[in-house]
Amino acid sequence: MADTNTIISPENLVYKKTDVLLDNVMHYCPGCTHGTVHKLIAEVIDEMGIQETTIGIAPVGCAVLAYNYLDIDWQEAAHGRAPALATAVKRLLPNKNVFSYQGDGDLAAIGTAETIHACNRGENIVMVFINNGIYGMTGGQMAPTTLPGMPASTCPAGRDTSHDGMPIKISELLAQLPGTCYVTRQSAHTAANVRKTKKALRKAFENQQANKGTSLVEVVSTCSSGWKMSPVQANKWMEEHMFAYYPLGDMKDE
Amino acid sequence: MRELKLMKGNEAIAHAAIRCGADGYFGYPITPQSEVMETLMAERPWESTGMVVLQAESEIASINMVYGGAGCGKRVLTSSSSPGVSLMQEGLTYLAGSELPCVIVNVVRGGPGLGTIQPAQSDYFQSVKGGGHGDYKLITLAPASVQEMADFVELSFDLAFKYRNPVMILSDGAIGQMMEKVELDEFKPRWTDEYIEQNHKWATMGKKKGDERSVITSVQLDASVQEDFNHKLQAKYREVEENEVRFEKIMCDDADYIFVAYGSSARICQKSIEIARAKGIKVGMLRPITLYPFPVKELQELAKQVKGMLSVELSAGQMVEDVRLAVNGKVPVEHYGRFGGIMHSPGEVVEALEQKIIGE
Repeated sequence: MADTNTIISPENLVYKKTDVLLDNVMHYCPGCTHGTVHKLIAEVIDEMGIQETTIGIAPVGCAVLAYNYLDIDWQEAAHGRAPALATAVKRLLPNKNVFSYQGDGDLAAIGTAETIHACNRGENIVMVFINNGIYGMTGGQMAPTTLPGMPASTCPAGRDTSHDGMPIKISELLAQLPGTCYVTRQSAHTAANVRKTKKALRKAFENQQANKGTSLVEVVSTCSSGWKMSPVQANKWMEEHMFAYYPLGDMKDE
Repeated sequence: MRELKLMKGNEAIAHAAIRCGADGYFGYPITPQSEVMETLMAERPWESTGMVVLQAESEIASINMVYGGAGCGKRVLTSSSSPGVSLMQEGLTYLAGSELPCVIVNVVRGGPGLGTIQPAQSDYFQSVKGGGHGDYKLITLAPASVQEMADFVELSFDLAFKYRNPVMILSDGAIGQMMEKVELDEFKPRWTDEYIEQNHKWATMGKKKGDERSVITSVQLDASVQEDFNHKLQAKYREVEENEVRFEKIMCDDADYIFVAYGSSARICQKSIEIARAKGIKVGMLRPITLYPFPVKELQELAKQVKGMLSVELSAGQMVEDVRLAVNGKVPVEHYGRFGGIMHSPGEVVEALEQKIIGE
């Protein structure tokens, strides 16, 4: 039987954690998508060699502590205001790489104005949008992206569209704006999808370096705690319900 | 070489910002201060000094752009008027909570609500007592002339960076709109990124290898850490109160009574002093230049000398509370002021002094 120490010798290592990802234990729930997307952004930053020149803007929501996990400079924004911060950071430091990391409540409810106008001005930034259809941090309330009939703590009988309207497809809306150059919707629930999301993130940062305008990468995500499902159930439910309303793929790639 | 010009207070803010080497201005139009951004857009400083000027989609966006810029150690400012500054309160408490230096100009108009576009001083409480949530203070400067509108821009940046705290220039529609001669400072270069990296290690300029990374945040979920941070903030405010009180005393040496007034109200009171003295009433004025920190010690000294004080404000009576706290019952302190966009006349102020203070 092979000795495990021999197997994990340096010449056999084909994968290791990027140094951009810090060793702090993540506060995210088991099955949460945030950890995966954090890792992907960290890998993209590492592979592009832009750790020293990247500034992240963290949201209010579950990712409020994102700055504990990526070893770069960060600013933590008020709820929904990350695109306004990112606008100023990029305009004052045009040679740096700037990205916002926001959830659905942050980007598509309280921060809608900042989101739309940053995209409409074509701010040369990357916006990473985690859409799990629920407010995770505050305990599972209805989000602007909660699906019709989907239960949440502020719509326990499920979202009643006659009362609350339909969930907003903000990425489709932003793709209409001339200021966006790249709008895509991905997921991170299978190895294949993780690879696609990483590719999308890389393209978004490359767009910024090419001064092409705003790139938005939406990642349809799960919230096992908020959805009250096991991680496996949540992935299945996402495939069946979330993808039907939020189809994956590029909405715009110029 | 200082340059002599005739211009509005709002225009002076814009010129002073460019000349002192400001890095960015983010704003949203509102009367009576729109000339600030209009002047900046006409001057096109991005072509000369490299200063960024951007019209935001709202005051909420403006103040958060200021947050982003300040977080990079850049010298950034915004301006607005009362309803717009109300919208900025969230941003201001985050700026204070993240200890970010920046300058906010409030060209105050009458309120509450949409109110009026005429001058008022009814945002005193909002400026010096907080405005947003949490225990924080804005260093607050009150210009009484177009010259001070210009001079206080650089002073505000200096104080903001000295204490890593937002600084408010609390003006009003009269000072913002009136034209006076003003001596503008010479052009000074903007800070280089290298200068910021060396002198403001906290700024998010990108994490250099081997350096501590910079994280700008106001969140501390551990309550004991948050309490410690609040103690640190309070210690900073005590230092500000010790070092940064600014005021002007006018004809106080022989005064039996004094007006306490700032900004345009102080200008009106200068005339009131002339009228009163012609009638044989020995009155002087203490003009607070910093509203926070407030000239408490100076008022305590004057309370030993005078028989009464009249706080003259374009409000229903706000600063008068701080005057009374300082004087602590030693002499009578009353308030007089027109408000809601109406300015008192110098004669009305003298009448109020006779009726409310001398008549007693």
